[in-house]
Amino acid sequence: MPHDDHDHPHALLPPDPALRVKALETILTRKGLIDPAALDEIIDTYQNKIGPQNGARVVAKAWVDPEFKAELLKDATSVVADLGFYGRQGEHMVVVENTPEQHNMVVCTLCSCYPWPLLGIPPGWYKSDAYRARAVREPRKVLAEFGVTLPTTSSVRVWDSTAEVRYLVLPMRPLGTDGLSEDELVGLVTRDSMIGTGLPEEPS
Amino acid sequence: MSDCIIHTAPEPAFAEPWHAQVFAVTVALNEAGRFDWPEWAARFSDTLKRHGLDRELNGGDDYFFAWLETLETLLAEQGTATPDAVNRLRNAWEDAYLTTPHGDPVRLTDE
Repeated sequence: MPHDDHDHPHALLPPDPALRVKALETILTRKGLIDPAALDEIIDTYQNKIGPQNGARVVAKAWVDPEFKAELLKDATSVVADLGFYGRQGEHMVVVENTPEQHNMVVCTLCSCYPWPLLGIPPGWYKSDAYRARAVREPRKVLAEFGVTLPTTSSVRVWDSTAEVRYLVLPMRPLGTDGLSEDELVGLVTRDSMIGTGLPEEPS
Repeated sequence: MSDCIIHTAPEPAFAEPWHAQVFAVTVALNEAGRFDWPEWAARFSDTLKRHGLDRELNGGDDYFFAWLETLETLLAEQGTATPDAVNRLRNAWEDAYLTTPHGDPVRLTDE
């Protein structure tokens, strides 16, 4: 390690990109284009308030409420906004439903478009070249690496997100969950099951 | 290159503080109307494509390097933050870190 924290004569120097970001922040703040307090608020939101738990809530609600599900599949953007999950970048949200005949999987081949309000910041693998290139080319192989093996009777449809349209997968409700409440179902919905690279957990 | 996509446990939203900072600056500028999101996505996607030509991007640090470069280029083109100004302030911040006693708040001296 280049640094030993014990006898530092000066403050620990951040890496070069961090200094460049600080430079941008300083310039933009001095010009009145950004407010440092607003930056803290944005970071706090994405670190603590927005995450897969939002999407899981939507999925569980769709599992128990057929009317909600029908609305969700018809116009996810407004249904999701009604729940308080807004797209800060004005994106349009589309929910795609898994069925025994069709499994859905989401990718962004261009960059990393992702349903932020419902899933938070995408995981590293979603942003990697490997996933972005291979999800479309060989989805079944990618799914197998995530431990998902589909019956041969099921087709795989890959949805390519854009800056305007973000997809969320509505996974199939696991068997043996008839007696579970909406809150209990939320706990079974994993992030990956809403990207389509996983399945919901089985009830224990 | 590794073809294997490893399935990991939940990870923090941002691996490094500067990832969070550059993300927040971009979102704040978008919300202030300095550019719209499709324009950002198109530019960012071009940078990623260029960076990915000679190596495989892993979606970690390299992803946010591309993000930062896209933002710097955009702000330079707009005349909002010229490369000269960014360099000058970057070096001023470096000096500030190197001359501030450990534990004290780091501030720019020209303020």
